[in-house]
Amino acid sequence: MRQRRLSRWLEPIRESTGVSRWIFWIGVAIVAFFVILAVFAPLLAPYGFDQVSADGVRFPKQGSPDGTHLFGTTVGNYDVLSRVIWGARTAIEVVVLAVVFSLAIGVPLGLFSGYVGGRADRVLVLIMDALFAFPYILLAIVIAFLLSDKLGQGVVTAAIAITAVYVPQYFRVVRNHVISVREEPYVDAARALGAPRRTIVSRYVLQNVIQSVPALATLNAADAILTLAALGFLGYGIQPTDAAEWGYDLQRAIDDAGAGIWWTGLYPGLAIVLLVTGFTLLGEGLNDVINPLIRARSTAKPEIEEQPGGEGEAAILSMEPPRGGEEPRGP
Amino acid sequence: MKESSGSSGLRTYVLTRLALALLTVLILLTVVFLLMRVAPGDPITAALGARLPAKELEKRKKEAGYDKPILQQYGEYLGQVVTLDLGESVTDNRSVTSILAENGTATLELTLAAFTITLLVGIPLGLLAGRYRDGPWDIGGRLYGIVIYAFPVFFLGFLFQLLASQVGWPTSGRASPIVEFDLNKVTHFYLIDTLIQGDLNAFWDVVQHLFLPALVLGLTISGVLIRLIRVNLLQTMRGDYVEAARARGVSERRVVVNHAFRNAMVPVVTVAGLQFAILLGGAVLTEETFNWPGIGSELVRYLNQRDYVAVQGIVTVFAIAVVAVSLLIDLINAFIDPRVRYR
Repeated sequence: MRQRRLSRWLEPIRESTGVSRWIFWIGVAIVAFFVILAVFAPLLAPYGFDQVSADGVRFPKQGSPDGTHLFGTTVGNYDVLSRVIWGARTAIEVVVLAVVFSLAIGVPLGLFSGYVGGRADRVLVLIMDALFAFPYILLAIVIAFLLSDKLGQGVVTAAIAITAVYVPQYFRVVRNHVISVREEPYVDAARALGAPRRTIVSRYVLQNVIQSVPALATLNAADAILTLAALGFLGYGIQPTDAAEWGYDLQRAIDDAGAGIWWTGLYPGLAIVLLVTGFTLLGEGLNDVINPLIRARSTAKPEIEEQPGGEGEAAILSMEPPRGGEEPRGP
Repeated sequence: MKESSGSSGLRTYVLTRLALALLTVLILLTVVFLLMRVAPGDPITAALGARLPAKELEKRKKEAGYDKPILQQYGEYLGQVVTLDLGESVTDNRSVTSILAENGTATLELTLAAFTITLLVGIPLGLLAGRYRDGPWDIGGRLYGIVIYAFPVFFLGFLFQLLASQVGWPTSGRASPIVEFDLNKVTHFYLIDTLIQGDLNAFWDVVQHLFLPALVLGLTISGVLIRLIRVNLLQTMRGDYVEAARARGVSERRVVVNHAFRNAMVPVVTVAGLQFAILLGGAVLTEETFNWPGIGSELVRYLNQRDYVAVQGIVTVFAIAVVAVSLLIDLINAFIDPRVRYR
């Protein structure tokens, strides 16, 4: 029974073809690579993330890459390779926390707002839209700043600041989906048969709506990495003594660029680019794989396979405010 | 008859949209106000607590009205916004209005230049990708879109600074110190001010300083634009009127250029508006990367000094700007495209 359910979940991945399959698996590979780095960081990293000396010898300042320090050392005498590897752990931790938090708040809120409707819905939509319109980095900075006095500048603070940015997105997607599902004949039928509201919401609405979540969550994870790095870059992220964070390292490296010191910024930067690309590909792949409409189209009629905004719609969603479906305009 | 119903539809739409924008601003202002009150301590103590004796602090608090009930403070804050007087920073006694005039223009100059670059890169690449679907331009454009999105502004900035340091191109500030000192800042837009002075050397110096930050910020946003133009072109290419033009024997070149391209460009207006908030957010990071004395780097500086008054003022302006731009875009769209009004 359990196995059958699992294979039903995996079915879309097996059925997917061509480019989206490739995109999906490349994304999986990149993300898996970073997860492995994150989990085994203590074994893989040559030094600790805040270690500035070994065997009583202090690391060189801004030392160029050599045998002992493959990626060189930073202005703070840290070993770049170790910081990059430990940074993967920080990034994955923050992203997982932020995604879990935003799901835990955004999904129930969207479900409630969409299903109940009425005045509560209108007020929530207005507030969420207002937050959504706001430059997200500013929102994250201000919240991280306010929390830093109470929670310190660690993983949890960063995760909560990022959560504030993404809750409106989940809310929006889930709410709109609920509204379209709410009036479907099968939901109506369940209602007519006298199913209690709880059953309708949890079995018929949620199960349907939840399908759009994995792709969105993955694409948001990509975005969250960027937001975390941005926070770190501005000095409101994680402090260097708490954990290694790529954005902070880049901020310290900016002054090196003028002196031609490339290794302090290049490696953490590449780590960000690679991990974000990995999550993006994974999300795009999931989008194509899970969305049965796109799947059906790609096998049926090639000429109409490209629907307005169909390809990577969630990716566009995650980067900019969609305005009530006017975006894919045209005949 | 038809005319009049059309214009009343437009009027209703404009009024509703206006009311909605005002409401959104009010919500954002409330959020800003609440966030600033959640912050530990009152603004005066937070900024100056370590520097002034307790008595002096009390006096200043009273002067600034921080001992009044919170609702009254809220009302006064809203009043400030309406009268466009957002108070003075606690730490260096600059009025928020002058921060806007001096640093806001720097940000505006940067974002406008960046957006120009976004359009210069995004429109041709998007049109090429959509025109030659699944061809090298398309695959290249889409890959570029994904990869450029993954680049944080400051990492791209770092890479360009590495290159610039090799050729001696400036990577910091709005102009060389001497140029900046001599400049008569009339509009605070340095490109315009140097031209008013008729000093071409200074103008070139300003262009050099502006180029890298604008390029970096513009490129990071171009990916989304490429993507949208591509999808829109693909869609318009399937439109009936394109088919009809083809059937009439119009050359493929004319079909693409005159019929499809033009219609695919309509959403660019919308995108421009949607990107504005992202552009502002990106500007904060770009300014930090290139020491650009814009409003974003001022915000970060005031945050570090815990100057809540300045922070509140700047964030308020950001909020109003974002809502105003999105309102403007919707109104432009409503005038251009009658379908919007009847939704």
